[in-house]
Amino acid sequence: MQVKLAVKRFDPEREQDQSYVQDYTLDVPDHYTVLDALIQTREEVDESLAVRCSCRASICGSCAMRVNGHAGLGCKTKLLDSMDKDGVVQVEPMGNQPVVKDLVVDMSVFWNKIRAVKPYLQPEGPEPEREYVASNDSMLKLLQTMGCIMCGACVSDCTVLEVNENFLGPAALAKAYRFVGDPRDGATNQRFGELDEPGGMWDCTRCFECVEACPKGVAPMDQIMNLREEAAAAGFTSTIGARHAEIFADTVKHSGWLDELQLAVKTPGMFNIGAQLHNMPVGIRAFLRGKLPPIVHKAIPSVRFVRRIFEKIEED
Amino acid sequence: MKYAFFPGCVSRGGCPELYPAALKVCERLGIELDEMVDASCTGAGVLQEKNKKLGDTLNARTMAIAERMGYDTIMVICSTCQGVMSRAKYTLDNDDTYRAEINALLAEEELVYTGNVQPKHLLWVLIEDVGLDKIREQVQQPLSGVKLAPFYGCYIVRPSDSLGFDENPERQTSLETLIELVGAETIDFAGKTRCCGFPILTINEKASVNMVANHTGDAKDLGADAMVTPCPLCHLNLDGYQPAAAKQRGKSISLPILHFPQMMGLAMGMSAKELGLQRHVIDTKPVQKKVGQV
Repeated sequence: MQVKLAVKRFDPEREQDQSYVQDYTLDVPDHYTVLDALIQTREEVDESLAVRCSCRASICGSCAMRVNGHAGLGCKTKLLDSMDKDGVVQVEPMGNQPVVKDLVVDMSVFWNKIRAVKPYLQPEGPEPEREYVASNDSMLKLLQTMGCIMCGACVSDCTVLEVNENFLGPAALAKAYRFVGDPRDGATNQRFGELDEPGGMWDCTRCFECVEACPKGVAPMDQIMNLREEAAAAGFTSTIGARHAEIFADTVKHSGWLDELQLAVKTPGMFNIGAQLHNMPVGIRAFLRGKLPPIVHKAIPSVRFVRRIFEKIEED
Repeated sequence: MKYAFFPGCVSRGGCPELYPAALKVCERLGIELDEMVDASCTGAGVLQEKNKKLGDTLNARTMAIAERMGYDTIMVICSTCQGVMSRAKYTLDNDDTYRAEINALLAEEELVYTGNVQPKHLLWVLIEDVGLDKIREQVQQPLSGVKLAPFYGCYIVRPSDSLGFDENPERQTSLETLIELVGAETIDFAGKTRCCGFPILTINEKASVNMVANHTGDAKDLGADAMVTPCPLCHLNLDGYQPAAAKQRGKSISLPILHFPQMMGLAMGMSAKELGLQRHVIDTKPVQKKVGQV
């Protein structure tokens, strides 16, 4: 079959137009992946094309790139699934990481964030005579996060990193959960304290881009939600994010549906005058436009059953 | 054509213009709605931060109530409600043990989650159930010459495995389909499936507003007259925080944000007032003018 790769290239040594799109038209077998086509391009058409790869089998994590605007592994992405009706496939380097050349990015951003969550066990107490033991059952919930191959695809497509470079990002936070959830680790509270800081677990916007991008089913966002749930259960409830979730749940428990007005006023703290003043113009504007949520918030008729569900789950 | 109707919290709260606009469009197209007065909030992903099981149970309860009412489909008008309910369904339908646990929690109300009920956004209902031909018959005031940028909202596009895209691939371009059907022109832009920033508004307002600035600013720069969204939470941010976004960007944006039923209503000849356009923060008159309503 014929395919046209539209590759976003970058050459730091060019004096002008360092970034440009170059088209390569190739004849390739139907089973080819995007990476197969890029390697053929480099070997037969244009040896200057820079692409990083190694195993070609979705194990090493070297060939993450954006195909048609979304990150994934070049070696796991079939051309047939990616071509538009004209046989074109758009190929770009990953996002949120500086480009070195063509499809190769500088992953130091990625690694620095991974290092920041101390990605190693920190056991406490005296060393056991033999190995630290963890039961099979206790490790099951960590299987997903242990599947990470550090390819950077989730970081590439993270919507928060686009606007906040201080965010730890999906890969590092998923890695943090790998150790928070490990029964052999003794630094859980210290980790929660660090993850509670600005740029930590509460800065994720829950957009699912990382879940979609991850080629190994790690579902980083789900791991971030696990962190939030377990941190709150461990008493880390003072951040705006934790309070927001708590008050949200309280209003749903009380009436069956969300009381937006209470949520907006209580989340920053009723007596947090600075925050209330800051939010006031938005509130006044909403009021003037008739957009203020109802002041009297009526409960749904069967609210007692909703409350019973809350009580039973809270008892557990 | 009759559905159990789940209006969600925001269409009756922070975006009260959405609820009547959606109802009017449904009425015009002969869609009958049976409102689920006993359904609770989906949790919007926030409740799930505190306790995922709680969120799944409440959504299982809502789907079980719809089944008891005799329906197999719940119509929603919010991308977030769609996504959160779909995700709960996906989880429950793929884990028998978990489903049994959840059903035990519903037993007191004599409800059973079976998996036979699906949530379905009005956006999808229009295309898949009403059909484009029938909608076209109701377009009395084509939005010719109006350039509209679609903005989906995360939860109606991700995670794709729980949203039925394999069986219904047209869902991925549903907004563009309807924009073209009402006679407007689509302004395609990279941000259309990205995050509006609303979920981090209280946590990092600067980053959240930056997302608003990027999306509305990009669409405006590409020539959009307005943006259209099926998500009221996106609307809250893209409309309500656009003044702050313009300030952050250092230049005016002034891009009206339409709820997607408002776009349909305008094309069906409904007045801007009926559709609640006067309630928007960003003035919608430039769009009204283009469709001959000012």
